[in-house]
Amino acid sequence: MAVIRDVMPAFELYQPGSVADAQKLLEQHGPDAWVLAGGLDSFDWLKDRIRKPKVVVDLSGIEELRGVRTTGDGIEIGAMTTLTEVVNHPSIKQKYGLLAQAAELVASPQIRNQGTLGGNVSQDTRCWYYRGGWPCYRAGGNICYADTPEGRNREHAILQADRCVAVNPSDTAPALIALDAKFVLRTPKGERVVDAEDYFIGPEIDITRLHILQPGDLLTAIRIPSTWAGAQFYFEKVRDRNVWDFPLLNVASAMVLSGNTIERMRIAVNGAAARPLRLKVVEDSVRGQPRNTATGEMAGKLSVQGAIPLQFNAYKIPLMRNLVKRAISGVEEAAWTS
Amino acid sequence: MDFLEWATSPWGQSVPIHIAWFLIWVAVIAGLLFLIVHAIYIMYFAKAREFAGDASPQVVAQIPKRVPRHSLVARLFHWIMAASMFTLLFTAFLPKVGVQFPWVTYHWIAGAVLTVSIVFHIIHASFWLNFWSIWPDRIDLDDAWKRVRRFFGMPAPPPRKFAKYPLENKLFHGVIILCGLSVILTGVFMMSRVRTIFFPRNPYLFSDMTWGLMYVLHGLAGVGLIALVMMHVYFGLRPEKRAITKSMIFGWMDRDFYLEEHDPERWKVETASSSPTSNRIEGRGLTDAG
Repeated sequence: MAVIRDVMPAFELYQPGSVADAQKLLEQHGPDAWVLAGGLDSFDWLKDRIRKPKVVVDLSGIEELRGVRTTGDGIEIGAMTTLTEVVNHPSIKQKYGLLAQAAELVASPQIRNQGTLGGNVSQDTRCWYYRGGWPCYRAGGNICYADTPEGRNREHAILQADRCVAVNPSDTAPALIALDAKFVLRTPKGERVVDAEDYFIGPEIDITRLHILQPGDLLTAIRIPSTWAGAQFYFEKVRDRNVWDFPLLNVASAMVLSGNTIERMRIAVNGAAARPLRLKVVEDSVRGQPRNTATGEMAGKLSVQGAIPLQFNAYKIPLMRNLVKRAISGVEEAAWTS
Repeated sequence: MDFLEWATSPWGQSVPIHIAWFLIWVAVIAGLLFLIVHAIYIMYFAKAREFAGDASPQVVAQIPKRVPRHSLVARLFHWIMAASMFTLLFTAFLPKVGVQFPWVTYHWIAGAVLTVSIVFHIIHASFWLNFWSIWPDRIDLDDAWKRVRRFFGMPAPPPRKFAKYPLENKLFHGVIILCGLSVILTGVFMMSRVRTIFFPRNPYLFSDMTWGLMYVLHGLAGVGLIALVMMHVYFGLRPEKRAITKSMIFGWMDRDFYLEEHDPERWKVETASSSPTSNRIEGRGLTDAG
């Protein structure tokens, strides 16, 4: 938990009224600019005085970044749409309930009222060494304090760690990956659309960021195609406190069945690595298989191949195995195994 | 302008964490400036080189058409080292200038290859080659002094031709040793901070200050190597040095080039008449330290 040390440092506040203006400001100020969406991640950084941007660009006045729109092939959700709006939107509830379930499990009602979908997928990691202002790899230094024999790493990564073992804390990110969502970015070079899974990057690519946004870039919307509309969804989040906590692990899946046979499936987990992981190997292995306990168990085992536990987070391996198993065979079918 | 980046450790100590990354561009610009200035000098201002005396006709007559210079083993070492050095430089610095890819694994593997090849080279050069051929000797220093005096128009006799390696080559090798050993020694310890197959991770092997200085030395030697490698490649491509580059590929150099640049008294080539095995160099097999 962050320690509030002081009032925020002084910065120039800009409140643009359009995406074009916001992007121009971000381009103009480059790395000196901080993007403010719902403010729930930002104000921790600013009040702790760990981040001291010269310029803050507040997106709250940009109407075109808000709301859910129906498109020719699915829906488009503005990046500044609050999580509560996502949870309550009839079209999302009806066709893309996976996202509604995931958004509903984010933090508390107050936070969901303020927090935005764009902010939720773009938030920084919660590793307390990093957020405490220690000079770790992610902060530009040359050490990971969590990945040491004495490090407190119960919440940290079991997969794809590369020097840094922090994890992505988003609940909506795996749901969007499972729904095959596209992220719409406004960059100095124009609009760019990327697959949800490609929006996130691990420390092996860039140890200082969790996503691909560069200074000057802005996430404007998230498009969900109708490909998985109405599929069988599963979302489960495991956390220490059942209200208001970040995930230890979560799993999101979308499945299309033909009888009891899995025709196609997308599945992603978060909290296991620095980026939400799409489990492509699992998807391929269950295609054409019956939806039952045996398939779930096989998928669960596959999902944790290559996992390397730290001193205090070995529990995440059986946890992930069981979550994947439950996502495939269903809660009633899947007996918990340790 | 700070040449180092500093951070405050959890114990409140101000420690260096690494070099400032703009030094990458300083090294690149320094390397480029050297190349440009040298190319202009050679093109417009350099005078033809003069050396003292030629070898006797008897000695000249015994020099083979192809003078062996680098053994296959020495050449293999050179190119393995070059490949690992390029891999190390690209994996180290491209991500710092915006080209992002998973570089760490490639970097430590290339570092391990470089380390093994350098250890091999030290042993090979110490026991199988003429170890001292790459180190400056008294004649090199005397000749260098003569060349400096002549460059500034002061009276001095012409210098002797070179031994196997010109003084500039030997000095370059010395600087490469300094930078290379710095990156290797610090790099071996730094491997204990990432997951490799060699050591269990132990980021607390040294104090924060010692680690910081180690990262700084690794970075400084690394950016130094950028400029040094640029110069090395430049000289390797220069027309007048092509015979030397060719010898690093095929193992031998032309008799004419050898006689033009090298002193058979200082770099003796075994001839068919002096040895039952052709293409051997006096006393030390096929090649010296390079």
